[in-house]
Amino acid sequence: MRQPTSIRKRLFYQLAAVAAVLSLAFVLVVRGVASQAAEGTQDDILAASATAIADSLSSEQGEVTLELPYSALSMLGTINEDRVFYRVTVNNETLTGYADLPVTNAPTRLDTPAFSTEIYRGDEVRLTSILRRVSNSATGSKVVVTVAQTRSGLAAITQRITVTATGVGLLFFLLATTLSLLAATSALRPLSRMTGAVTRRGPSDLRPVTEDTPAELAPLVGALNSFMARLRSSLTRTEDLITEAAHRVRTPLATVRTQAEVTHRKLNKPEHKQAIRDMIRAIDESSRSAGQILDHAMVTFRADSLALDPLDLAALITETCDRLAPTADLKDIALLRKLPDGPVPFKGDGIMLQAALHNILDNAIKYSPEDSDITVRIEVNSALHLSITDQGRGFGDMDFESLTTRYARGANVGDVVGSGLGLTIADEVARAHGGRLELSHNKEGQGACVSLILPYV
Amino acid sequence: MRVAYFALRLITALSMWAGAASGFEIEDRQIYNAASESSVLRIISTADRAVFEPIIFAFQQANPGISVDYTITGTTDLMKAIYEENAAFDLAISSAMDLQTKLANDGFARSYLPTNAASLPDWAIWRDQLFAFTQEPAVMVVSDTYFSQGAAPQTRDALIALLRANPEKFRGRIGTYDVRRSGFGYLMATQDSRTSETFWRLMEVMGRLDAQLYCCSGEMIADVASGKLALAYNVLGSYAASELATTDGFQIVELTDFVNVMLRTVLIPSNATNVDDAQAMVDFLTALRTRPDLVAASGLPPVDATALQDNPALRPIRFGPGLLVFLDQLKESKFLRSWENSIVQETP
Repeated sequence: MRQPTSIRKRLFYQLAAVAAVLSLAFVLVVRGVASQAAEGTQDDILAASATAIADSLSSEQGEVTLELPYSALSMLGTINEDRVFYRVTVNNETLTGYADLPVTNAPTRLDTPAFSTEIYRGDEVRLTSILRRVSNSATGSKVVVTVAQTRSGLAAITQRITVTATGVGLLFFLLATTLSLLAATSALRPLSRMTGAVTRRGPSDLRPVTEDTPAELAPLVGALNSFMARLRSSLTRTEDLITEAAHRVRTPLATVRTQAEVTHRKLNKPEHKQAIRDMIRAIDESSRSAGQILDHAMVTFRADSLALDPLDLAALITETCDRLAPTADLKDIALLRKLPDGPVPFKGDGIMLQAALHNILDNAIKYSPEDSDITVRIEVNSALHLSITDQGRGFGDMDFESLTTRYARGANVGDVVGSGLGLTIADEVARAHGGRLELSHNKEGQGACVSLILPYV
Repeated sequence: MRVAYFALRLITALSMWAGAASGFEIEDRQIYNAASESSVLRIISTADRAVFEPIIFAFQQANPGISVDYTITGTTDLMKAIYEENAAFDLAISSAMDLQTKLANDGFARSYLPTNAASLPDWAIWRDQLFAFTQEPAVMVVSDTYFSQGAAPQTRDALIALLRANPEKFRGRIGTYDVRRSGFGYLMATQDSRTSETFWRLMEVMGRLDAQLYCCSGEMIADVASGKLALAYNVLGSYAASELATTDGFQIVELTDFVNVMLRTVLIPSNATNVDDAQAMVDFLTALRTRPDLVAASGLPPVDATALQDNPALRPIRFGPGLLVFLDQLKESKFLRSWENSIVQETP
């Protein structure tokens, strides 16, 4: 799977790359300028030396002669310990100095030093030549004074400056990188603050986001808020619809049923009584189906934003059993409760759990024969096991998996009316709580066992 | 100072060897065999045997296994041997700073940083190739016959005045180096001429008084001690000091206007083959200050920056390309011409 890209990382890398480029440019520029300056200094001193030598040229009895000034060479030794060579030529004949010193860049204009770099005696040397005219004869003589110096001092200076510049550049880079890390974090702080504010909310908190919003995020937050507002009104409408539907379906059905019973008592003809009994049965069935459909809608709706309220499961079971007790009594079915003493604390959605329990018990009562037992049991170990065991016809050979799918019914229930939603509701409630629904046969004989297995959160 | 267990023998075939193809002149050659020889260090040097022998013995004591082949020659011949003839030596020791500087400048020396470099003054090492190990002032030596204790002139001006005032007393009785024959004499004369104009006046006066010219400090000191000379100018101070220990009849005068201080230097020629031992010897020599016994035995004053600070008149000659100037052919011939004009007036 692709890692989601991080704005912080991208920001940091881009700033660090900019810092690296700037540091490198700094090092190169400093080194270039410094070595140019050092070379310029060497050239200046060489030119001064050559000029000093040229100034001491004179003619003596028609011959060019030279009184080499001490300072002309000693000045070259003042800033470094480089080797020094010189050569003076008169009309291309060596007058004095190192006769093999190469003068490739011969000066063409008087008193304008010409520079070149050569290899001489195994070392790189910088040469400066100056052209002079000495009037020793009618035509005068062309004298070239060349002074050369090796460049190890220059190399040492350049090296030193490079090391310093590199050090400063590296320091600059590290500092800039640290600062860009801080800058990236600081720039994204409003974003993470908003992220925190939104993620801290509960699942059903759909209030608009009111945190301080940077201008760049304002459209996003606006869109989010309007989306949440629409969602909230939509949810509210759904909830209202369910409540309204329950009310609108159940109340008229209850009225019709009451009227039918009254009519049943008043009638005398057995065929009429039978017709009314069938009617009452159909009404019961409709009422039950409508109840289950609404329960299912309610469970689906609540599962999206599961409430985790602390509740006592024992009390919940007791209440549900009490509510179903009249129906059970009609068939002389005993609801046995095997609960631990005292409350069974659990965190979950009480309404959903009650719906699940109600549907399972209702199923059990429906499929149990008259004068039998239904046992509700709670066992607590690593998870909470809530099981309901009856002595009815059981699940037969039916595949347990398919029983929990919507509107699926057992193969052996043809004579009993049902919507096939009861176990689906129970299964969805178990899943919403992170648990599961387990179906099995009654281990103590005929019948089925339905277990809700709920992990502690 | 002779160490008994080191075999010592003089090469008898010296004359034969010297007469061979080599063009430089050998004054003396001595091989100091190690008890169990593992390598041979060939030294060419301008220092006399008596001066250098204690150092060789001490070196061999610290480094047993190294035989030392010690060849003595003049400063100019040493230069010739290495510069022109590419003679095979592992170490060159000379009192001619200018010639040694030229050797290093022109690429005839090998670089090395002595282990005790940090303790040496900056001016004692040049280019990591030239290592000074002594500082030897050029002094004036005066005879007891002519000057009572402390009566000798203390400055060049006073000396000139004295000579001018007593021409008859000093005629023919003044000695100095023949700078045409002595590299040390030439170095000192050129440095004098750089430092002060009094040099040329002094040469003029000495020439008028028929100055005697010498090749070497030893002879000048001997003639002063015997009374044959009244004074000798620009004598190597270290020789004078060691002579004074055994000979009477003269005094050493360090002039107070300025005293040129020559640095005796050692370098490792670029064609040296036994570089390790040569470097060991460079380390040994540059640490001479830490061996007072050797200083006393050899009479060589070691490099010592504090001695120079104590006496402001002492001017150590600085290494650098400036020393190449008086080696320039034109410059040298001009200087010698001026010098001859000043001092050799009487020669027909």
